[in-house]
Amino acid sequence: MLCDNCGERDAAVHLTTIVNNEVRQQHLCEKCAAERGVETTVAKPKHPLGDFLHAVQQQAIAATSEAGRCSFCGATMNDFRTTGRWGCARCYATFESSMRELLRRVHGNSRHVGIVYMPPQPELDERATILGELKERLRRAIESEQFELAADLRDRIRVME
Amino acid sequence: MIDLSLLPDGGVRWLDASGPHGDIVLSTRVRLARNVEGFAFTGRARDGERLRVLAMVRDSLPAIEGLAEHISFRVDELSPVDRALLHERHLVSKELAGLDVQHPVKTGAAVFLGDGLGVMVNEEDHLRLQALRSGFALQEAYASLESVDRSLGSRLPYSFHPEFGFLTACPTNVGTGLRASVLIHLPGLVLTKEIGKVLAGLQQMGLTYRGLYGEGSEVVGNFFQISNQTTLGSAEEELLDKLLNVVAHVIEREQEARKVLLRDAGYIIEDKLWRAYGTLRYARSLTFDEAMNYLSGVRLAVGLKLINGLSVYTLNKLLIFSQAAHLAYAEGRTLAESDTNLARARYVRTTLEEESGSVR
Repeated sequence: MLCDNCGERDAAVHLTTIVNNEVRQQHLCEKCAAERGVETTVAKPKHPLGDFLHAVQQQAIAATSEAGRCSFCGATMNDFRTTGRWGCARCYATFESSMRELLRRVHGNSRHVGIVYMPPQPELDERATILGELKERLRRAIESEQFELAADLRDRIRVME
Repeated sequence: MIDLSLLPDGGVRWLDASGPHGDIVLSTRVRLARNVEGFAFTGRARDGERLRVLAMVRDSLPAIEGLAEHISFRVDELSPVDRALLHERHLVSKELAGLDVQHPVKTGAAVFLGDGLGVMVNEEDHLRLQALRSGFALQEAYASLESVDRSLGSRLPYSFHPEFGFLTACPTNVGTGLRASVLIHLPGLVLTKEIGKVLAGLQQMGLTYRGLYGEGSEVVGNFFQISNQTTLGSAEEELLDKLLNVVAHVIEREQEARKVLLRDAGYIIEDKLWRAYGTLRYARSLTFDEAMNYLSGVRLAVGLKLINGLSVYTLNKLLIFSQAAHLAYAEGRTLAESDTNLARARYVRTTLEEESGSVR
């Protein structure tokens, strides 16, 4: 597509203007666009808001690198360098990339091959509680000779066990 | 002062020399480092967090076989002498006892002690589970500890990462969290000057050695603690097997060295060791290092059957009970260093005197 203005160079800027409720699309080359005062290069932000956004962006980058802070305990890589100790379990995820390298240096390996641990599941306790409750109701049903209910309860206990 | 007589055998059954190779290996220790999920590690936790971890452990213990009945101490509420006493008896680490000026005792520091088993709470990691056995008994020690770990881990959520394993404050413990160590007496290898080669060999095998009191402690009296260096990248059994095989080899080398000593330097060695016995039997002042070195000599003499009628158990107990906090405890008062040396000589003398009738 050629420039709408000079008709010589390739259009690089696609400008949409609204004048008196009329939408107008113009396709301009860089030179003609510059002559009309349209900024075509992505410059560093010059405005306070731009600076602020830029700083936030830098922080986001820093958070994923060594300069970051653990979101759980607040420890930094610098704290680790000083004390030789991590602050909490989350630090292992926060500083994961540095961690792998460090562990390889210390242990010659960074992968655990020992016991695989499964944390206790609260559901198990709940299940035990429910089972205990059903057994108690079964006992009472038998005592009060409600045999239909007892059979039903016994079936439910069997399924759970 | 605390009463340790309530502990089964005063917490020093591991000294009784009843275990395999009891003449060369004093004790075997296996420990597992664990942290409870949801709390910052001890060094970074608030007092309240540490106290909650302690309460969670205390509530779980009645269901744990081997620790359901236990003696416990709130280490942070003990006097410095009492804390040193527990440390000298190998029941708590130096870190937990807060004996370093730079690392004072932390709120919530506690220990639960069963027969040959212990749980330190709020050490560098929330939990340090340990098993202590007499002689060379790695598998036995680990078996009892593994069952405690499994049982406790089904009640408390441990911090665990699928790639890095059990997470610990210090990266040197991550993975299995397992440190197995064997406290071994190697005077034969030291006297025949073979020890350097043996220690270099250990390091090539990924093992390390320390002094009587673990990390940072000096080697005195030819007592070495040999342990695994790494905790990540090998399964628990592999780590234990490697240590088992290497220590078995070191024991053989020590036995050979002792034979060489007897064969090539018989009367010189015999004279040297009886002099060590004589010093311990009659000295009026003994520093800790002196006592350790002479005890090492007498221990070797008993092993070589040059001195008979003296039990290894007595010598093992002297190692522990002739230390500063134990002497202060026995005397019922804090002692200045010179008084400690006098008390030590008196204690060693009296103990050896009791068995002197049978010594030949």
